[in-house]
Amino acid sequence: MSEKKVNRRDFIFTATYAVGAVGAAAVVWPLVDQMNPDASVKALASTEVDVSSVEPGKTITVLWRGKPVFIKRRTQEEINEARSVKMEDLPDPQKDEDRAKDPEWLVMLGVCTHLGCVPLNDKGDYNGWFCPCHGSHYDTSGRIRKGPAPTNMAIPNYEFLDNKIIKIG
Amino acid sequence: MSDHNYTPKSKVGKWFNDRLPLLSLVNHLTDYPTPKNLNYWWTFGGILTFCLITQIITGLTLAMHYIAHADMAFDSVEHIMRDVNYGWLIRYIHSNGASMFFLAVYIHIFRSLFYGSYKAPREIIWILGIIIYLLMMAAAFMGYVLPWGQMSFWGATVITNLFSAIPLVGEGIVTWLWGGYSVDNPTLTRFFTLHYLIPFLILGLVVLHIWALHVPGNNNPVGIDIKKPSKDTVPFHPYIVIKDTFALLMFMIIFAFFVFYSPNILGHADNYIEANPMVTPAHIVPEWYLLPFYAILRSVPDKLLGVIAMLSAILILAALPWLDTSKIRSAVFRPLYRQFYWILVLDVLVLGYVGAMPAEGLYLLIARVATAYYFAHFLIILPLLGFKEKTLPLPFSITDPVLGGSANLSMAKNDKTKG
Repeated sequence: MSEKKVNRRDFIFTATYAVGAVGAAAVVWPLVDQMNPDASVKALASTEVDVSSVEPGKTITVLWRGKPVFIKRRTQEEINEARSVKMEDLPDPQKDEDRAKDPEWLVMLGVCTHLGCVPLNDKGDYNGWFCPCHGSHYDTSGRIRKGPAPTNMAIPNYEFLDNKIIKIG
Repeated sequence: MSDHNYTPKSKVGKWFNDRLPLLSLVNHLTDYPTPKNLNYWWTFGGILTFCLITQIITGLTLAMHYIAHADMAFDSVEHIMRDVNYGWLIRYIHSNGASMFFLAVYIHIFRSLFYGSYKAPREIIWILGIIIYLLMMAAAFMGYVLPWGQMSFWGATVITNLFSAIPLVGEGIVTWLWGGYSVDNPTLTRFFTLHYLIPFLILGLVVLHIWALHVPGNNNPVGIDIKKPSKDTVPFHPYIVIKDTFALLMFMIIFAFFVFYSPNILGHADNYIEANPMVTPAHIVPEWYLLPFYAILRSVPDKLLGVIAMLSAILILAALPWLDTSKIRSAVFRPLYRQFYWILVLDVLVLGYVGAMPAEGLYLLIARVATAYYFAHFLIILPLLGFKEKTLPLPFSITDPVLGGSANLSMAKNDKTKG
């Protein structure tokens, strides 16, 4: 028997393993994918909120896709504070203009980007949010300033349907 | 071992045993030669088996009444506590049983660390044990989610979010684990399924763990290889069976104290508030048995590195047989290791304490020092110690130091005379 010679039997073996592996993967995939969000979960992907009763400086929290969304009507002071920050001071630099389309309204996922707790309103060293779990501080634009969270709180897709109604998702 | 040439006395027994050698197995287990100097730290294997069986039986009965649905889970647990006959008892045994299980497993692990039971030829027993320990943590975590209280919900949120630290695919994995965009009903039902499955996986691994143990036989407090069977061994039954039973009874007294006198002392009051995705409790703290690892997670300021540090702290144990370079097993003959061992015990207790405290100021500093020491113990101290340490002379056999007098002096003497 020579060392490197590939004979027909080797070919059959390799082909059998390959077809077997593809078949096994095809069977395993449905078993894995069944754990992904199902059609009923995906169907609840958008929420409409009436914000006409929110006073300046107040925040309401609504549930969207099982997660809290903060809708904050910011005061002029808070807007100024958010817009005057230097980009170098931010761990995850992002302009406030890119986070709040309408400066008065900040719509943002109320989920700490560290490990998913809900931060507390009007707390922390930057007058924005403070996460009680592991001590992350966010500013009035929801940007991370201090603590273990790696990024700013996320901005979901949203639009104003009219003056009162915001559609999230 | 006698099982190779064992023949049952009765005709029926012989007929059966020739077809399925179960009686040979029973004979092997009863006659199994055990070092006669095993102390009470060696009784925790039996205690752990008891804990596993207790959790399986109480778990099965709880599952007859529990409803794994986000809208009904919390109420069904209250239903078990108030309406189901002896439901309170079964649930308190199950919830405190988890703590007792971990208490026993930590003693079992630290026994191995002290007496070097993880060293050749017992590495596979040790690694199987680490896998069992990992599965125990998974089962305990998922079980804690099932009552669907505030700590259940937010504990699940924080722990599953650890996976989001993985670059690129992290978020996708978390969504897949949740079966949605947050911890919700799909998460609860799959956790219930896995919580039900894992104990049986553990049971299978326990069989392998004991099988692997019965190949070289037990280590012992002196840590030397012994001839089996010999004057240094006793049969497992009745000697070890009686000793294990006595220890188990003592353990059950402690167990019963928690179940009957302070069933909630190891839990958190927040878990008697139904899960609310809008409000995070002020302090999210895991169960006591996970606190040291939680402290390690929080001591690292970077999210991904924190998760890596926490996982490494557990997985580093699997490499222990190769990190510890000393050929001497028992700490009794390793004067330096003995001291570092107790510092490690203290270090882990400190980590557990700061894990329960807020991660700020002095606590954070202590957590960082303790985390650094934890890794230094395994990665620096143990490898070096094997080369630097001047160990005490080993006795010739287990019987030797007992008959020749007592303690190290006589061992030293014996060592000189026997070379």
